[in-house]
Amino acid sequence: MKQTFKRPKALVDIPSHFCPGCHHGIIHRLVAECIDLYGVREKTIGVASVGCSVFLYDYFNADVVEAPHGRAPAVATGVKRARPDNFVFTYQGDGDLAAIGTAEIIHAANRGEQITVIFVNNTVFGMTGGQMAPTTMSGQETTTTPFGRDLKTNGFPIKMSELLTELPGSTFVARAAVNNSKNLMKAKKLLKRAFEVQINGEGFSFVEFLSACPTNWKMTPKQATERVQEEMIPYFPLGVFKGGQE
Amino acid sequence: MAMIKFRRERCKGCGLCVLACPKNLLMVSSKINRSGYPVAKIDDMKSCTGCALCAEMCPDVVITVFK
Repeated sequence: MKQTFKRPKALVDIPSHFCPGCHHGIIHRLVAECIDLYGVREKTIGVASVGCSVFLYDYFNADVVEAPHGRAPAVATGVKRARPDNFVFTYQGDGDLAAIGTAEIIHAANRGEQITVIFVNNTVFGMTGGQMAPTTMSGQETTTTPFGRDLKTNGFPIKMSELLTELPGSTFVARAAVNNSKNLMKAKKLLKRAFEVQINGEGFSFVEFLSACPTNWKMTPKQATERVQEEMIPYFPLGVFKGGQE
Repeated sequence: MAMIKFRRERCKGCGLCVLACPKNLLMVSSKINRSGYPVAKIDDMKSCTGCALCAEMCPDVVITVFK
């Protein structure tokens, strides 16, 4: 018997701090698999954000820099410009990238920096206890919107992928989900393309992952994966927005 | 013939593997691991095709697949 599925080498063999049913673990593994696939583990520099993704340096068997809240694309810019031969990626949540870090991501994309950004959108501030994020859906109950997000006073959920698609500096922009195995297989392909964009020196690549947060959504893991399918995907459509397969 | 192995001490009992199995072979058992989570299990190993969808969906890399 041959082992056909095992832990990727780029993922350190320690228990994760993620809640049961959280999709962060799956996305971590997909990134680690891609690092193994392209053989860039020895020259990978990850840039971690603030939020549930903050322990990137514990989980990845690669070098990781911790950036101030929202500033991961700015730190990654510096890392990549100083060491252009290294593979540089950032891994950020929606409370980091879409809220406090909006300026950094827009300008990094607009400058066409040679970095890969992995954006995990779970429509809520996860680590701090479930406050409203810019990506929170209309009517979604959070600790800061106990009666549901009101679009009149709180604005609309921000669509980061569509926003970055419009910028002339971005090369590859896509949105994926990992709520079922079909979407997960598509997500793998998109992530591979995002890695290739940087490895081939084509420019800035961005992949948004729709993720479940069962704890802060106050749902079971099963209900949370269903919510991704029924509520999030209709508003945040999946697919490649810019720079598909060569 | 295929075989899957669970690393029980890492399982958090979220049941995403249960949802992923196309043949509905997996379930979350009543057994509790050291962390206090109920762990996933498979009873009917003979029917497993080794498609590895459960392992792909597992957020904690609990499942390894042999074929």
